Amino acid sequence: MTLDFSTTIAGVRFKNPIFTASGCAASGKELSQFFPLKELGAVVTKSIMLKARSGRPTPRMAETPSGMLNSIGLQGPGIDAFIEEDLAWLQTQSCDVIVSIAGETVDEYGALARRLRGQRGIKAIEVNISCPNVANRGQVFSCDPVTARAAIEAVRINLGGEFPIIAKLSPDVTDIVAIAREVIEAGADGLALINTLLGMVINPKTLRPHLAGKTGGLSGPAIRPVAVRAIFQVRERFPSVAIVGMGGVVHGEDALELVAAGADAVSIGTASFGNPMSVIEIRDRLSTLIQDHGFTRFSDAVGVAHER
Amino acid sequence: MRQINKAARHTTGRLLSIRKAGTYFHLVLQAEGIAEGAKPGNFIALSVGGDQSSMLLHRVFAIYRSRQDPSHGSVIELIVARSGKGTDWLVAQSEGTLLKITGPLGTSFPLPADPVNVAIVGGGYGAAPLFDLADHLKVRGCRVDAIIGAATSSKVFAPLEGKRTVNSVTVTTDDGSAGIQGRVTDVLPEIITRQRIDLIYSCGPMAMLRAVDDIARSLSIPHQVSVEEAMACGVGICMTCVLPMMRGDEVKMIRTCIEGPVIDGEEIAWDEVAR
Repeated sequence: MTLDFSTTIAGVRFKNPIFTASGCAASGKELSQFFPLKELGAVVTKSIMLKARSGRPTPRMAETPSGMLNSIGLQGPGIDAFIEEDLAWLQTQSCDVIVSIAGETVDEYGALARRLRGQRGIKAIEVNISCPNVANRGQVFSCDPVTARAAIEAVRINLGGEFPIIAKLSPDVTDIVAIAREVIEAGADGLALINTLLGMVINPKTLRPHLAGKTGGLSGPAIRPVAVRAIFQVRERFPSVAIVGMGGVVHGEDALELVAAGADAVSIGTASFGNPMSVIEIRDRLSTLIQDHGFTRFSDAVGVAHER
Repeated sequence: MRQINKAARHTTGRLLSIRKAGTYFHLVLQAEGIAEGAKPGNFIALSVGGDQSSMLLHRVFAIYRSRQDPSHGSVIELIVARSGKGTDWLVAQSEGTLLKITGPLGTSFPLPADPVNVAIVGGGYGAAPLFDLADHLKVRGCRVDAIIGAATSSKVFAPLEGKRTVNSVTVTTDDGSAGIQGRVTDVLPEIITRQRIDLIYSCGPMAMLRAVDDIARSLSIPHQVSVEEAMACGVGICMTCVLPMMRGDEVKMIRTCIEGPVIDGEEIAWDEVAR
C-alpha cells in the first residue's frame, strides 16, 4: 500500500502537505544546508514588505512555557531585493514556493501583488494580514472585517488571477469565522490559520517588559489548541476552502491533529528553531501515522474529525 | 549577504563526560561530522529537555575545543554556565545522554598571516574559546598574552593547559579574590605597550567587549570580538540575535549567528547596541 501524500491548495498540487511557516525559515537558504528544499511540500517565505525594514530593537525574543514570544517587526530586504536575490535563488532549488507578503497600507498590499506578477516559480501568495508586531494595533488588518476585506481585494485586483491567494488570519479576534467569511468573499482562495497570538512577558527582576517592543507574537505548542479550534471552526463553516494549518506543530502527531481538524497542509514554524530537521522529521512521521490509520490518500484524512 | 557556515551539520551525539570547572561545567560531546569542520570561534546549538521538552529553542555554546579523540572520534568540548532552565537541564545530564547537535555555526576568528603579538581578552566563560584560538596562534609563531577577567575567582576560566599555551596570563577580578582587583581594561593598556600588541581578540559580556574596543580604537589596533546575543535558532532563521552593525554608511541589524559571533570590532555600531 502506497500513500498518495500530495495535497491540493486552491487548485495547485503540492507533492506533500508539509510547508515551512512564514517568518520561520527566512527564504529557505539556511535550512537548505540541512536538507534539499524540494523535500518539502513548499517553502513559505518570510513576509516581504515593499521597502527594506530593519525591524525592532533587541531583545526580540523570550522563551515561554512550550513556546516563545517574538518581536522581530518584519525585518527584511524589501520586495525588489527579495525578487532579485532570494526568489532568484529559490528558483534554482526545484522547490515549490509560496511568497508571503505584508503591507502597511491597503495600497501597499496592491503594489506588492503587482510586483509579483509574472515572476516564475511561485505557486501561491500568502497575504499576511495578521502580523502582531506592528507599531499600531489598528494596522492588524485581519482584526477588522473591513480592513481584512480591503487588503485581500487589493491583492486580488492587482494579481490578476495569476496565483492563488492564501489569507493569513489572526486568532486574536472574537469570531474568526466572520473574518474568514470576509476574506473568502473578497477573493481569498485559501486561508492560513493561525498567526501568533499577542503576548507579553515581564522580567521578574527588572519588573519591565522583557521585549524591547513590549509585546510579541506567541508561538509554539502553547497555542496549538487554539490553532486546532480555529481550523475546526472555519472548516465546519467552509467545507471547500483550502486551509494551511499552523500553530505549535512539533511532532507528526501534532500535524495529524491539524489535518483531522481540517488543514489541507501544515506549516512548521517554531519547531525549526530548536531543530532544523523538524520539518523533515514531522513529514515522515505524519506519512507513517496516516498510513497506520488506514488512509491511502492524504486528502482523505483532511477534516476527518468532523465525521460523526 | 553572508551565508550559513558551510560545514554545519545536524546530528545526534553522546555526552562523553561532564565535570565542574569552578562555577562552570566542562562538557565533552561526541559530535561526528561536526568537530571535523569546526574552527576557533565557531559555536554549536543543542536541543534541551528531551523529545517531549517544553523548551523549544536551541541553546547555543561557543566551542571550547574540537579534536579527534583516539577512542571516541570527533569530539567537541564546551564550557557551560548555568543561566536558566535549559542549561540547568543540560548540566544535570549524565554521561551517555544523547543530544541533538547542530554545528559548527557562525564565523571563526580570522588568523594573522604573520607571527604577530596578540592579546586575548576573556570575560567569565567567554575565555573558553580564546584558549583554543591561542593554540592556533602559537602554531603560527605568534606571541600570545592572555587577560582573563571575572566577577570573582570561581568564575575565572583559566585552565592549566590553556595557561601553558600562552606566554603570560593576567587575571583580574571585580572583588579581588583572584589576580588583580579591577577590570581587564585596567591592565590591558599597559600590556599593549609592554608587549607591543598588534592584534586583540576578545570574548565576554557586551560591556567588556565595548570597553576593550574603545581601547583598541584609540590605539588603532585591530580587534576581533566574539559576541553573545540571545538566539532562538542559531542557524539564521529566527532573526532574534541581531546586532546593529555598520554596512557602508548605514547601520543595519545583522544576524550574529551568521555574520558573527566573531565580528571586527570596527563594524559594531556600539552606540546603537541595546543595553
